Amino acid sequence: MTYEDALLVLADGSTFEGEAIGADAPNGITTGEVVFNTAMSGYQEIITDPSYAGQLISFTYPHIGNYGVNDIDFEAASPFCNGLIVRDLARLHSNHRATSSLEQLLVDKGVSGITGIDTRRLTRTIRDHGAMPGAFGTASEAELLAAAQHQPPTDGVDLVQTVTCQSPYETASTGGTRRIVAYDFGVKRTMVRQLSGLGTVEVVPASTSAADVLARQPDGVFLSNGPGDPEPVTYAVEAIQGLLGEVPIFGICLGHQLLSLAMGAETYKLPFGHHGANHPVCNHATGAVEITSQNHNYAVVDDAISGIEVTHRNLNDGVVEGIRCLDVPAFSVQYHPEAAPGPHDSRYLFAEFEKLMQHASRKDA
Amino acid sequence: MPRRDDIESILLIGAGPIVIGQACEFDYSGTQACRVLREEGYRVILANSNPATIMTDPEFADATYVEPLTLETLTAIIEREKPDALLPTLGGQTALNLAMELVEAGVLEKHNVEMIGADATAIATAEDRGLFKSAMIEIGLEVPRSAIARTWEESEVALKEIGLPIIIRPAYILGGKGTGIATTPEEFEKAAKAGIEASPINEILIEESIVGWKEFELEVMRDHADNCVVVCSIENVDPMGVHTGDSITVAPIQTLTDVEYQAMRDAAFAVLRRVGVETGGSNVQFSVDPETGRQVVIEMNPRVSRSSALASKATGFPIAKIAARLAVGYTLDEIPNDITKATPASFEPTIDYVVTKIPRWAFEKFPGVSGVLGTQMQSVGEVMAIGRTFPESLQKAVRSLELGRDGLNCDAAEGELDDLSDADLLAQAAVPRSMRIFELEAALRRGFSVDEVFAATKVDPWFLDQILAITEERAALSGRTVESLSRREWRRAKQLGFADTQLAWLWDVPVGEVAKARADVGINVTYKTVDTCGAEFVAETPYHYSTWEDETEVAPSVKERVIILGSGPNRIGQGIEFDYCCVHASFALRDAGYETVMINCNPETVSTDYDTSDRLYFEPLTLEDVNNVIEAEQAASGGNVAGIVVSLGGQTPLKLAGDLPRDLVVGTSPDSIDLAEDRDRWNALCAQLEIPQPAGGTATTTERALEIVSRIGFPALVRPSYVLGGRAMVIVHDEDGLREAMAELSAIGSLGREGGLSAERPVLVDRFLQDAIEVDVDAIRDATGEILIGGVMEHVEEAGVHSGDSACMIPPVTLSDATVATLEHYAGELADALEVIGLLNVQFAVQNTGGQQVFVIEANPRASRTVPFVAKATGVPLVKVATRVMLGATLDELRAEGLLTDKVIGDHIAVKEAVLPFNRFPEADSMLGPEMKSTGEVMGIDLTAGLAFAKSQIAAGQTLPEGGTLFLSVADRDKAVGVEAGRAFVELGFAIAATSGTARALKEAGIPVAVVVAKLEEASGTDAVDLIKSGEINIVVNTPRGRGPRADGAHIRAAAGSKGIPLLTTVSSAIAAANGIADWRTHRFQVRTLQEFHNGVSRNDLADR
Repeated sequence: MTYEDALLVLADGSTFEGEAIGADAPNGITTGEVVFNTAMSGYQEIITDPSYAGQLISFTYPHIGNYGVNDIDFEAASPFCNGLIVRDLARLHSNHRATSSLEQLLVDKGVSGITGIDTRRLTRTIRDHGAMPGAFGTASEAELLAAAQHQPPTDGVDLVQTVTCQSPYETASTGGTRRIVAYDFGVKRTMVRQLSGLGTVEVVPASTSAADVLARQPDGVFLSNGPGDPEPVTYAVEAIQGLLGEVPIFGICLGHQLLSLAMGAETYKLPFGHHGANHPVCNHATGAVEITSQNHNYAVVDDAISGIEVTHRNLNDGVVEGIRCLDVPAFSVQYHPEAAPGPHDSRYLFAEFEKLMQHASRKDA
Repeated sequence: MPRRDDIESILLIGAGPIVIGQACEFDYSGTQACRVLREEGYRVILANSNPATIMTDPEFADATYVEPLTLETLTAIIEREKPDALLPTLGGQTALNLAMELVEAGVLEKHNVEMIGADATAIATAEDRGLFKSAMIEIGLEVPRSAIARTWEESEVALKEIGLPIIIRPAYILGGKGTGIATTPEEFEKAAKAGIEASPINEILIEESIVGWKEFELEVMRDHADNCVVVCSIENVDPMGVHTGDSITVAPIQTLTDVEYQAMRDAAFAVLRRVGVETGGSNVQFSVDPETGRQVVIEMNPRVSRSSALASKATGFPIAKIAARLAVGYTLDEIPNDITKATPASFEPTIDYVVTKIPRWAFEKFPGVSGVLGTQMQSVGEVMAIGRTFPESLQKAVRSLELGRDGLNCDAAEGELDDLSDADLLAQAAVPRSMRIFELEAALRRGFSVDEVFAATKVDPWFLDQILAITEERAALSGRTVESLSRREWRRAKQLGFADTQLAWLWDVPVGEVAKARADVGINVTYKTVDTCGAEFVAETPYHYSTWEDETEVAPSVKERVIILGSGPNRIGQGIEFDYCCVHASFALRDAGYETVMINCNPETVSTDYDTSDRLYFEPLTLEDVNNVIEAEQAASGGNVAGIVVSLGGQTPLKLAGDLPRDLVVGTSPDSIDLAEDRDRWNALCAQLEIPQPAGGTATTTERALEIVSRIGFPALVRPSYVLGGRAMVIVHDEDGLREAMAELSAIGSLGREGGLSAERPVLVDRFLQDAIEVDVDAIRDATGEILIGGVMEHVEEAGVHSGDSACMIPPVTLSDATVATLEHYAGELADALEVIGLLNVQFAVQNTGGQQVFVIEANPRASRTVPFVAKATGVPLVKVATRVMLGATLDELRAEGLLTDKVIGDHIAVKEAVLPFNRFPEADSMLGPEMKSTGEVMGIDLTAGLAFAKSQIAAGQTLPEGGTLFLSVADRDKAVGVEAGRAFVELGFAIAATSGTARALKEAGIPVAVVVAKLEEASGTDAVDLIKSGEINIVVNTPRGRGPRADGAHIRAAAGSKGIPLLTTVSSAIAAANGIADWRTHRFQVRTLQEFHNGVSRNDLADR
């Protein structure tokens, strides 16, 4: 198989040689913020995770596509990422679960990619200089550079609007009897699946008001993951403020940042974020180490804020990974306990959510 | 939780000699553990019988016992040292089994020694097949259907329940020894019975066969706070049915979805917790049905293993080091990640490259062995290669093997498969053998589809397609010319792992033209870093591999540096001894202020620990790969490479010496190396120095060889030049034998293989000195001409047995002072004449004809296999001294510096004994000859020659009997000395059984013979084999008659081997054994540390029984 020669150009002018794969891009140019993910498996889940909206995902593991794609491991119906950067796209896939190839998925879903890239050099560049916009494709180097430099930054942009559902929908319980309302800021299917183990899940659009949610009489409210900067998502922060104390809340990733903002904390952008499946997190309550799946560029500032305590921190760099409200039933984590992809070490947090709901309902009764 | 303060001293058990299934990976793990525990302030007591290890260097432990690894020895050590704790998980199966014996014998309890790192229940749960299976079922994990049997009757019942095909595994066995697959009832009966016999507890596991399924392994760690991590995931290219030690394996896992991988990860932790490994590393093996994804647990090892060494090298996560820290109380999050320094060890390494391991076999050494791979491990070593993609790492791994192959075919040797029809080729690939990977590529090149090859071999289609990528690239390149490739095309070819030599062969141009054309378009090698984190964090530890991408990560520094070339994969003839030498060189040079750079491709070794040198390049040891590193180091230092050390890694680096930049190769000049190797120049030198040699000559043709023999007479020794371990070396007794030997050598020469005959590499034909004593001398000469004699070693076996297979003693026991003086004088003269700078090994033969007459056999201006043994016996760090000498220091300066010390003064005698792998190859004859066959060595050290010899025998796995019956059968030429051996045993009270000829000789000398058996073919009643199998024989002495397996002797030796009866195949070793038994009876068994011996122990310290 031979592909057309292509280039990846970063906003700082760094150029990488590769070959174009996946869908044809308009004018031979695909742009986005370049982030790298260090997970060695789970590319299907990662590509279809709505939190990557607007980004170009580069995988540090060189062989991508080895086991194909299947109908089950989608985290959303379609990818929201802008493009894919790999060292080596599989020519042939092999796995009994596979129903198609990664390349076919890219073509079908209109996602462009580039293969043959020295992704390690790319990772080192981003590590040293921070996440930056880039452009790849078959266009000329000058066109790609211009495109990369015109790519707007993600700070202050509400990307949630690009991924949230348009109207509410309900998912039947696979286990418990709870009634959970889940905010869709870009929710992953596996989160909904995990919540379904606790009860019926009603997924609602990001802009749903607190009153609307409370009218649904939930046992608990879930704040999902999602793309980009939490600060411009002010409507969600307001809604959460309206829900705090009224109903138990559990947030993940962007949901965690939004809960923190609602409690008065601040957020900031990390140099190149955490994207991988091997981040050690310390659970301060037990002292245990959890190996976690992570995907975020923004984080909560580690300041003493009245009413919350930090429950988890990243052992690599000390970033706040979890908080708990002291006066109201609410907690959240920055990382991904639902995994998909990644380790299952933190799935106990869904059981914690159940406990919180149980406690609250007992109090009500 | 911090370090435990309630324990002060820890006993560590090493793995003993290198054997198949247990190699130098346990020196790597043990050395790390010793270091860490001493850093933590504990008193470390070490027991290991293997003198060639780094861990038994006296500075690595507080008390180093180079003693046999037996219950008796360990008990004596515990009584003497009273350790607080025993750490048994870093010395392989040997240490684990010994720990269990100590528990069962109540020794630990009696002396209040706590087992740390694992407990007896956990070990039993993991090791006992039945307990393990029920434990797995209890936690809801699937295992293959199976049953346990202790008798043939129980086996038959199990066969009915499970159905064929079936796998039989004996309990408590290392490396899968005695394991077999049965597809017919007949095969089943044979394998079941053999398995019951092989198991120390006479128990086998009978299992549903999952041959052809995918095989995976997870390397996991747990701390006592119950934090668990996966360090590395491994996928086997060879599906189930081939022992994982014999499989080509790849890290990380390639063909599992994250859903499947996470299920496996969850299962591995569940296994760890259920088995009860409280702290440390373990591995868990899984098998997956490719059709359905059904996942079953195969086994787990509750200890550091061969694959954990591989995993450590593959990821940069030092499992053994961390395991040692966890064992003394730390938790993972309290230990920093060595490589990033900034992040903790409580994480899972992620890698951004592909690691391929390929085993190296030695079937050519064991005629009669089928070479078919199965569930019992047969390989003697392995290589690992790192590339950014699987094709790149695979081709690098293939050329690391040093089989004379430049990559995955596309070289001169690929023609070996040309004669096979397409159908035969595919049929051959379907049966796993050592060359299967080449057959897979050839089959794809012949046009078989990936699906067809998969159907025949069950090798996963993804791997096959990646191989096909290499094949397709080769096809595309073959139509091209060296000057026509574009930059992108060059890059693509190099990224798929093609060596310049492969392309030179493909285009039939000199390799220099390939390199030049490539460099002209700007395609140059780049070095990436192994950093545990996929470049997410800055790495502090420079551990590099080559690839062909955009940027290189070698950090610039102007410090003067020395490059040390390692010894490549372990093989018979070139093993851990040479790694020891390279490691010592690195330590010595680092201490002397140089930056040290190691190049090697063997993942089992201490040299490839990134802690050993300032910089590690995990690379094949080929000219292209080595030159690339030299250039990179020159570039990074502004040309500040002070030297390249080629003389410490055996033949591997030495073979490259002539083609490396001449001014950089330190030590003895390549011209001197050639002077010692080139037979004509060497003969002239010996004549000039008036040093006697056996008569002989060199030949490149059979005619010339016959001509030489007509002059010197039979028997003659025929050997190729430039090989180690006596590869293809034979003693011929007649013309037919000579013709046969020459034919064999020219055949391998035409394939470009090691030891082959060619115009540049002629064959040496020498008069063979019968009944001579062989002697090795290791010496060092500095640039001022001062000579240091490191050691004079007298061999126990006579000349004709390869020195690597022979026991030897320091100091010599039967040589006169005058002879020793002559030997030392000759060694010195040769060192001077060869202008040696550094180490020299000279082999002599001493004939007792009237006086003792000395002949020189050969001289090698390089480190020899015996150097570590000599250093342990004499206390002089020979390699460190030699390395400094090579870089310009004089012996005087090193004395002043304190590095060179005097030999220790004491009455001890050290015996090195070889350890042979015949129990792995029951079809091969266990006789010794001029071709080396041993895989490892042990040392016995004590105050008499007999005691030291007896200890060496016990350490090598054959305990000499205290009494009983000796079976004696010797060749006619051995009859005279054979009688003396018989007499010695009779005097010790042994009864003698003998074959008729030997019995006649004994009777004539007045020695009583209790039982006489006829030769096999003449026997009507009990023959020799029946007698040995009856269990009435306690020791067997049988010497071979000439070359090749002769019916009688071979059957006798095989019978002794299968019954585990001590077997000696030379008369001289029989006499040494008799002396050993005599001394053993009269003296009390004592253990002493190497440190004590090095301080000087007197014979007066011997204790009578």
